[in-house]
Amino acid sequence: MPKIASIDELKTIGEQLTAARSDDAILMTVCGGPGCQATRCHDVAAELRKELDSNGFNGSARLRVTGCHGFCEQGPIVVIDPSNIFYGQVKPADVKEIVDRTVRNGEVVERLLYTDPSTGKTVLTEDKIPFYKAQTPTLLSQNRRLDPWSMEDYLAIGGYTALAKVLSGMSPEEVISQIKASGLRGRGGGGFPTATKWAACRAAHGEEKYVICNADEGDPGAFMDRGILEGNPHAILEGMIIGAWAIGANKGYIYVRNEYPLAVEHAKEAISQAREYGFLGEDILGSGMNMDIQVARGGGAFVCGESTALMASLEGKVGEPRPKDVHTVEHGLWNRPTTLNNVETWANVPAIINNGAAWFSGMGTDNSKGTKILALTGEVKNTGLVEVAFGTSLRTVVEQIGGGGRDGRTTKAVQTGGPSGGCLPASMFDLPVDFDVLWEKGSMIGSGGLVVMDEKTCMVDVAKYFLKFLQDESCGKCVPCRIGVDRLLEIVTDITEGRGSSEQVELLKELGETVAETALCGLGKTAPNPVLSTLRYFPEEYEAHISEGRCPAGVCTELIEYSIDAVTCNGCGACLKACPSEAIQGRKNKLHTINLELCTKCGICLTSCNDNAIVVQ
Amino acid sequence: MSSSLDTILEGRRSQPHQLIEVLQDVQQEHGYLSREAMDTVSEGLGVPVMEVYRVANFYTAFTLEPMGKYVITLCKGTACHVRGANPLITQALGLLEVEEDQTTEDGLFTVQTVNCIGTCALAPVVVLNGVYHPLMTPAKLRALINRVRREEEEGTGHA
Repeated sequence: MPKIASIDELKTIGEQLTAARSDDAILMTVCGGPGCQATRCHDVAAELRKELDSNGFNGSARLRVTGCHGFCEQGPIVVIDPSNIFYGQVKPADVKEIVDRTVRNGEVVERLLYTDPSTGKTVLTEDKIPFYKAQTPTLLSQNRRLDPWSMEDYLAIGGYTALAKVLSGMSPEEVISQIKASGLRGRGGGGFPTATKWAACRAAHGEEKYVICNADEGDPGAFMDRGILEGNPHAILEGMIIGAWAIGANKGYIYVRNEYPLAVEHAKEAISQAREYGFLGEDILGSGMNMDIQVARGGGAFVCGESTALMASLEGKVGEPRPKDVHTVEHGLWNRPTTLNNVETWANVPAIINNGAAWFSGMGTDNSKGTKILALTGEVKNTGLVEVAFGTSLRTVVEQIGGGGRDGRTTKAVQTGGPSGGCLPASMFDLPVDFDVLWEKGSMIGSGGLVVMDEKTCMVDVAKYFLKFLQDESCGKCVPCRIGVDRLLEIVTDITEGRGSSEQVELLKELGETVAETALCGLGKTAPNPVLSTLRYFPEEYEAHISEGRCPAGVCTELIEYSIDAVTCNGCGACLKACPSEAIQGRKNKLHTINLELCTKCGICLTSCNDNAIVVQ
Repeated sequence: MSSSLDTILEGRRSQPHQLIEVLQDVQQEHGYLSREAMDTVSEGLGVPVMEVYRVANFYTAFTLEPMGKYVITLCKGTACHVRGANPLITQALGLLEVEEDQTTEDGLFTVQTVNCIGTCALAPVVVLNGVYHPLMTPAKLRALINRVRREEEEGTGHA
């Protein structure tokens, strides 16, 4: 493809590509997102390709492997358009039947349809599935319309037209005022107004300025950015080029986690295509703008999600943050003015420019505009990526989209915002997804991780889990975080191991507040959130550990004992074979018992027993 | 080894800011960062060897010891933790008689954990040499390890 030299040329090519795709051919879309890859969607896609080719469907049925559709629980997913038939958990062995019956004859393969657990009935089309119905698809839904390797697919859905609009006469100030009017706030966790950052960086003195995309998605339980970067990399590039125009930068970096090899690959490929088409390089679309973007692979350090640490890492150094009284918009990468935004923030920019600020600010609440992609995981029926308008209640997300708890268990809490966030109890599920509301309640929307917890989750153990994580990930530069988090973990460990006292609860609160006030960077300042929020909303669980020496959820190993129920055990031997400590004895078809001296309380027997005969007390 | 280091350093010599990128490539190519490789990188980029070591030690992406033929990566992200990552870690370490980040004596398996692999919807997840195994249970993990061992004994194993 030769370089697109002008805005008019882009318009013509875009229109041609859109027209070429609007024929009435059958389109089979296979989700190639992180979840579906794990369930071998590429085997399904390869089988489909083979079957379509060998049946001579070359022109009349097309196949497209896309980025994440969101409904990971149902992967591998195949959607057949134009009829919008949704097949879930498809195996390579199902492909022949799909092609023979659905593609050739327009019939439905009933057993591959989604069954709504609340009604027990199958659902024919994707748009009628409750998981998708309550969502506000704007950004994530683009994924299913394009092959991330295909620039043509992106151009066919209006790709790079926002950039063309900007370059054909919008001044940098106009771009910034559009972003300001839209109310866009940073999606990476901080929720800082994007336009404020851009305006300050534009005003900063310096010949050379930079834009950075933070794709170092380090929050455990979050994979929204992976979903966009793997599924729709050009939207991010387009957002970055527009941002660069607005602030006056001509160099950009995408800092990606190396744990996401496919995201690295897709970002690199998209950049190379953008150079080839002339969206990067010199004299972009004949406008005189020069810009290039490079990919940098992160080294796997949570603290590098913090902007100053990330910039240190880009400079090839250890990722240690520095105090923020010197702003990165003035003195950032190489000490030059730098604008850093998260993947989802950048990816929202083109649609705001194309559809207008009012379209974006029409969604959401007073101070949180637009939509947010959430990673819905944990003890909930429907897991995956979901996109909702700000203001949607947590209840809608957990119960309507998520389908409620798993295996009939009662949902107890959601953890939002990763290690910087907190746990909110089920009684607060009417709260809206909103930057400020969740922050006021001791949690945060953060980057969008939403882990559902039920009666089998111990909230004290959750606090310990995050403290352990933060202790590992603390860079060690400042005392409040290095020592404070250590002490918090020590106290919580005491509580989970039966050595806790009620005075320690007060100490936890006091210490938590001190760390929050005095730590150097965002990691340290928010580190006490998980422990403070669980103390605030689940004091009875701390109390049970401390006063009664009991873990109500049966998780904290020092406080529980395993035994086998004499009535339920049928002596099948499954637990005996599974136990790594050889702590279980028993003859075939006879009651088995656990030798408590050998038992390490690892819980493996619990997962191996088919008759629920293992008792935890 | 030195020729592959030359290739990695090509076009990046005397550019200290390329340190992490270069180490990523060495890690990928060699499977770990040897003392010799770090010396060469230090010289090539003009970064003191102490700084190279500090960076290599700081980031979890780098290992200073060779890895086993099969690398078992156990995710301990929040979703995996809530859905039972701990029994999986116990199973793997117990079965292979190693500690975290250690390699079995026969050089066959390395067990490592990761803070989050980004496949949270199908937790708990285990990755064996880059292949994801979603919705893992201790029993499935044991079967997987035993299968690899059996294939190795029969000479049909492929890392």
